[in-house]
Amino acid sequence: MTIAASKPSQPTPVRTTSTVAASPASPSTGTPWRAYVPLWLASAPAFMLFATLVFVPLAMTLVLTFYRFDPSSGPIAAFQFGNYVEVVGSPYYQTIFARTFAIAFVTTVACVAIGAPEAYVLSRMRDPWRSLFLLAILAPLLVSVVVRAFGWSMLLNTNGLVNQAFALFGLGPFKLEYTSFAIVIALVHVMLPFMVIPVWTALQRLDPQTEQAALSLMATPWVTLYRIVLPQVMPGILSGSLMVFGLSASAFAIPGLLGGRRLKMAATAVYDQFLGSLDWPLGATIALLLLAANLAVMLTYYRVLERRYARSMG
Amino acid sequence: MRRNGPLALAFHTLVILFVLAPLAIVVLVAFTPDETLTLPTHGLSLRWFRAILNYPDFIGAFFNSVKLAFLASTLSLTIALPAGLAIARARFPGRNFLNALMLSPLVIPGLVLGIAFLRFFAVIGATGSFAWLVIAHVVIVTPFVLRLILAAASGLDRSVEHAAFSLGASAWTTFRRITLPMILPGITGGWLLAFINSFDELTMSIFVTSPQTVTLPVRMYMYATESIDPMMASVSTLVIAISAAAMLLLDRIYGLNRVLIGNH
Repeated sequence: MTIAASKPSQPTPVRTTSTVAASPASPSTGTPWRAYVPLWLASAPAFMLFATLVFVPLAMTLVLTFYRFDPSSGPIAAFQFGNYVEVVGSPYYQTIFARTFAIAFVTTVACVAIGAPEAYVLSRMRDPWRSLFLLAILAPLLVSVVVRAFGWSMLLNTNGLVNQAFALFGLGPFKLEYTSFAIVIALVHVMLPFMVIPVWTALQRLDPQTEQAALSLMATPWVTLYRIVLPQVMPGILSGSLMVFGLSASAFAIPGLLGGRRLKMAATAVYDQFLGSLDWPLGATIALLLLAANLAVMLTYYRVLERRYARSMG
Repeated sequence: MRRNGPLALAFHTLVILFVLAPLAIVVLVAFTPDETLTLPTHGLSLRWFRAILNYPDFIGAFFNSVKLAFLASTLSLTIALPAGLAIARARFPGRNFLNALMLSPLVIPGLVLGIAFLRFFAVIGATGSFAWLVIAHVVIVTPFVLRLILAAASGLDRSVEHAAFSLGASAWTTFRRITLPMILPGITGGWLLAFINSFDELTMSIFVTSPQTVTLPVRMYMYATESIDPMMASVSTLVIAISAAAMLLLDRIYGLNRVLIGNH
């Protein structure tokens, strides 16, 4: 099915006839399908691997959500909606989903509040500093999330540095570890680059003369920032927040290490079902509901903001 | 261009502190001579680095991870290079679909891929197989390789190839002597980025590794949920060092800002 969909026999213009070594470009309509054969051959291994390993496992997971689970013998093939009823109906999972989306929302807001101004400050720096600090903010992307979660658990535990700092002012100690607060802080740390990157990219495209023009027309710096710069970087903030929200809602390592055994998010609940109680059908149901809810939230958000954004620009 | 005011610079300093603090503290604690994770530490010691050597779980997991990352990024490059060149340089039926398909692991959460692979491997009887773990990692690292190959190949000046052709070079010679050297930074950069991502990957791997094929991040996650002692910090420090080394290399070869931000 997918093969047929990707390789329709309708030929369209082809620019090169060979993949590796190019012959001079000769755009011609009605290219014989033979011209595509080298291209298809070059793409075939990747296509077959991805078609098999993306669609088949996802389809199997969807099928699994309709299975029945028997504690003594494992998943039993069936077609019933018991798992969905159980997840949607139980207060336990309702709480987990509500917490997951609340945490993802707060993380997104915090990332906008920190990441967007930081990208702007960075864009106004001069060059050794600018590249250096941009690197400092983006490089943690390439350090394992387990390491970063562990770092936060050391900073936030009862006798960690944050509480020691509070103690200097005669405050605390506060219980910071194993709280939603700890999860949000660590998630913001992990997600910040995903906000800085698109805002930075949008700022690079910004014409500095628009800012100059506003200032020369006696706009204050704040008005310039709000009326000139902000609307132009809004697409970057939008795509950054979509990314941050989606990744936060399905985050696993941070809630796993900083939420402890009690404070579950959807991803850690899925993990418990799969590797703890071995109820794969229920775990798969939670995961697919998470994916669906995530998509729904992101699409709604995108629609609403796109409309508002279009209005403010029009 | 206007300068940043003192308020902006204060904000910036706080952000940088926030970003670097958890990594800095891990490195500091790793050198503690003490029995427990306390700060401030009393002096410096390498005892927790030596402790790793007596803990075969981490050593085994480290070699698993290196082997896995090496095989996955190499295999990924092998399939993504021809497909990426085809996508970058020609229009053909299925081109857009193939491109979207190969980038799709970026938008499917690791959690969902993890359980999907777990189920798939259980059905085909491949649970705990290292070879299938490599293939699962190929799927998640290929988008990174593909992006860098596409960027390198689409920025290529085709007239150089045409010159080689017109001077009588064969297709293979043109590829080997002209095209390949020109896209080499993209290829090596993509390979390294794939290596780092595979080496760091946790969420998908935790579902599909067995005790024999367990990777370093999975082992570290397990260790951190069970016991917290300074060995976790020393292992983390080594991971940071390896990531930093890979980053420096990536920066030399391709430019780190270009890898992380794209279009620059």
